[in-house]
Amino acid sequence: MKIEANNVRVSYGSEQVLKGITMSIKKNTVTAFIGPSGCGKSTFLRCFNRMNDLIETCKVEGQIMIDESDIYHPKVNINELRKSVGMVFQKPNPFPKSIFENVAYGLRINGVTNKKYIEEKVEWAIKQAALWEEVKDKLKKSAFALSGGQQQRLCIARALAVEPSILLMDEPASALDPISTTKIEELIYNLKASYTIIIVTHNMQQATRTSDKTAFFYMGDLIEYDDTRTLFTNPKKQKTQNYITGRFG
Amino acid sequence: MEETLEKPEKPVSRKKPKMTFESKGRTVYYQLQDKIFKYFALAATSLGLIVLVLLLYSVFSSGFDRLDWDFITSLPSKRAAKAGIYTAWTGTLWIMFLTTIIAFPIGVSAGIYLEEYSSRSRMSNLIEINIANLAGVPSIIYGLLGLEVFARFLNLGASVLTGSLTLALLILPIIIVSTREAIKTVPYTLREASFALGASKWQTIWNQVLPASVPGIITGVILAISRAIGETAPLIVIGALTYVPFAPTSPMDEFTVMPIQIFNWVSRPQKAFAENAAAAIIVLLSITFVMNAIAVYLRHRSQKKVKW
Repeated sequence: MKIEANNVRVSYGSEQVLKGITMSIKKNTVTAFIGPSGCGKSTFLRCFNRMNDLIETCKVEGQIMIDESDIYHPKVNINELRKSVGMVFQKPNPFPKSIFENVAYGLRINGVTNKKYIEEKVEWAIKQAALWEEVKDKLKKSAFALSGGQQQRLCIARALAVEPSILLMDEPASALDPISTTKIEELIYNLKASYTIIIVTHNMQQATRTSDKTAFFYMGDLIEYDDTRTLFTNPKKQKTQNYITGRFG
Repeated sequence: MEETLEKPEKPVSRKKPKMTFESKGRTVYYQLQDKIFKYFALAATSLGLIVLVLLLYSVFSSGFDRLDWDFITSLPSKRAAKAGIYTAWTGTLWIMFLTTIIAFPIGVSAGIYLEEYSSRSRMSNLIEINIANLAGVPSIIYGLLGLEVFARFLNLGASVLTGSLTLALLILPIIIVSTREAIKTVPYTLREASFALGASKWQTIWNQVLPASVPGIITGVILAISRAIGETAPLIVIGALTYVPFAPTSPMDEFTVMPIQIFNWVSRPQKAFAENAAAAIIVLLSITFVMNAIAVYLRHRSQKKVKW
């Protein structure tokens, strides 16, 4: 197992938002987290790269193992962890720098100075994100000159450049138009061969199109976790049934 | 294709249409209110400008003839026609330079600490309120502090260094507050993106937060320094002299500055000294304008580096 979560509980101050989640995720699969707003799916996603640590009042209990090591162990270097667990956010958030520098940033903060190596790695990452043909002639231009969909693929390239093994995606297509969304979904499908991907989504079609397994969260609990096809065609719990048929959420 | 898109021309009606949307009742009142406020705002704006223009006119008309190279390079003198501002403007430049070197790193670091590192506690709230209050303390109080601490206790005397330290204290709150405001405008998503790539806190601040907030920080610093070079009261309190026969050559020298020189000349009864004062005001204003120009240039340059 690539990722194993064991009784993970998260609270903000006195409010508990995750009430003991246990699940395991296989290597090179796509897992979708679905559920109504405020169900805790994004919070759970942010446990895997410890982004929750940035919020002062947030407390995480339980255990998360990645490649069989406990990522909340006191000896874990959080920066090293985040290098191997990349993240793409809901709204494209490129740096106010050139397209090239956006992707090179992860390498530079790692102390890489070899210009040739950086250039190769940047090209590789942008190609991985299926963006190379669109930007190869304007790498020096501002990342903000790109369309929203291109910016999001640039953010994916930026995450890939530091060679993570896991990619977390927090509603990566919710701010994009349908064509850009399709491109991101194709990209997710292609990246599966090399990365373990977790995607939070509000779009159930997107979950069925992209994921192998789906987890349904409700009010801080993991209600159901199964193969995507099974979960959507033959859910075992009534709550899941209600949610996927659109009766609430 | 294009022909099919063209619509047949409609006959234009020449009849006056029925007025359904004319203003009536309250809307008349709202429109009037709109207009009144617009002209009031315009008047307020012009008032400020007119006063400034009048001031500039009066200063230039009485001081411009007095302004020549000798005036700038001469030492002060009891005879108005021979007196110059050499010691005053060199003193001002010294003060400007040292004050910046002292206040800039401390103020910006404090701003970064308060905004990025300190946790939201009662202590930090207290510090915050106090800094805001310090910005409003009358400058003469800073002069008294400088006199006691720097001039007497540290035995620095009425030196350039004492003056600079005092003025640095005076403008620190302004720099801290403007640094914080500039840092606050950097969106949180930018920090998140940097952290998610494994960047440390300092890497994130240095590579993302500071470049994006430099324009705001520089503006704040230059405004603060512009305020510092206009200050008279605290420097008089620490013992800056009105008559210094030499220009300062080290931080430990005695000094005078432009505002003190101007104050000194204005307070004399002779008309010739009033002309000297006007000429000195022109020079002081020029220094301020040059500073602002530098600020605009630096801001523009750093904005180009950050490619929003």
